[in-house]
Amino acid sequence: MQARVRALETLLTEKGLIDPAAIDAIVETYETKVGPRNGAHVVAKAWTNPAFAEWLRVDATAAIESLGYTGRQGEHMRAVFNTPGTHNMVVCTLCSCYPWSVLGLPPVWYKAPAYRSRAVINPRAVLSEFGVTLSPETQIRVWDSTAELRYLVVPERPAGTEGWDEAALAALVTRDSMIGTGLALAVGDGQ
Amino acid sequence: MNGPHDLGGQMGFGPVAPEIDEPLFHAEWEKRALGLTLSCGAFGAWNIDESRHARENIPPAQYLSASYYEIWIRALETLLERHRFATREEMETGRPMHPSAEPKRVLKADMVAGVLARGGPCDRPLHTEPMFAAGDVVRTKNFHPETHTRLPRYARAKRGVVEAVQGSFVFPDDNAHGRGENPQWVYTVVFDAAEIWGEGADPTLTVSIDAWESYLERV
Repeated sequence: MQARVRALETLLTEKGLIDPAAIDAIVETYETKVGPRNGAHVVAKAWTNPAFAEWLRVDATAAIESLGYTGRQGEHMRAVFNTPGTHNMVVCTLCSCYPWSVLGLPPVWYKAPAYRSRAVINPRAVLSEFGVTLSPETQIRVWDSTAELRYLVVPERPAGTEGWDEAALAALVTRDSMIGTGLALAVGDGQ
Repeated sequence: MNGPHDLGGQMGFGPVAPEIDEPLFHAEWEKRALGLTLSCGAFGAWNIDESRHARENIPPAQYLSASYYEIWIRALETLLERHRFATREEMETGRPMHPSAEPKRVLKADMVAGVLARGGPCDRPLHTEPMFAAGDVVRTKNFHPETHTRLPRYARAKRGVVEAVQGSFVFPDDNAHGRGENPQWVYTVVFDAAEIWGEGADPTLTVSIDAWESYLERV
């Protein structure tokens, strides 16, 4: 693919159809500016600020935009909240729809057939492959992103974080916990 | 279309293999593939729905063995050829041989931040009322078009409940084929796993899709 893509870039550049510097700028945006830290900020704010959490529930696009996270593959956002009895998980069985504005570019597994095929039929087995075991009574809600709405899972706030500020809480929010294939880190993990 | 992309419920792909500390890109060409796809999208010659349909049309054996950025590049080549920006021969050699179509715009580096921040909203105002409301019981239609659709096979002819009216959006089944945006109301429809998967389904599982109004019938 390396040679094939290089030939394509060379051709389109010589035809004046693309600007290689624009490609550099796109890559740099997703390497340095847009990634799961954006989503972690949104989640930590929702954990500490009930008014923001409510706004996120009723108009996620506007609430997220208020923190400066907008744009491609985040134009129409919905936030879904885990509770003690309900676990949310997001998939795109038809392609690779993913909330870029808050999570950045999707990981390979999210776009691959194993995840896309099984998330809707056997999510507990998929979760076990991520090391997540839910109680057998927990209701699992899988959201298949078949339209232009992009979903952000708000995981449950870990125990023992009373009084923590947004920045400390955001460090507990993993990318996978916002897709629903993980949980937020427990206090003491990954610190 | 019933293409290789419509993966919900298929079996045999093995376990999900999350990578520890996965890099954002696994090769330099993946970075260029991302940038090329977005840069060529800026030509304004095709829309996201046509682009998705081009990916779905990759032959199944190729689609299922390709990485996602390879899927993007294969579809991009199809679109560039279809819209007369490049011929196959040019793309193979990397050398221009023929004049190309005129793009509506060429994405320059200083435009990137603005273009990415704007994105491409696809909600459109509608002056009709939604046909369904939250709580309505509906059934998805059973159809198998050879053209683009966003109703997955596993969710066809299934009974579900409308959970929310999400707004009105461009209708991809038309927009992918140059038939106009023809916006429709979109609903989140929730199905019990037993309705979709029958015997042995996880009793704690519900699955939702976002469905355009014409995918649904009242029960």
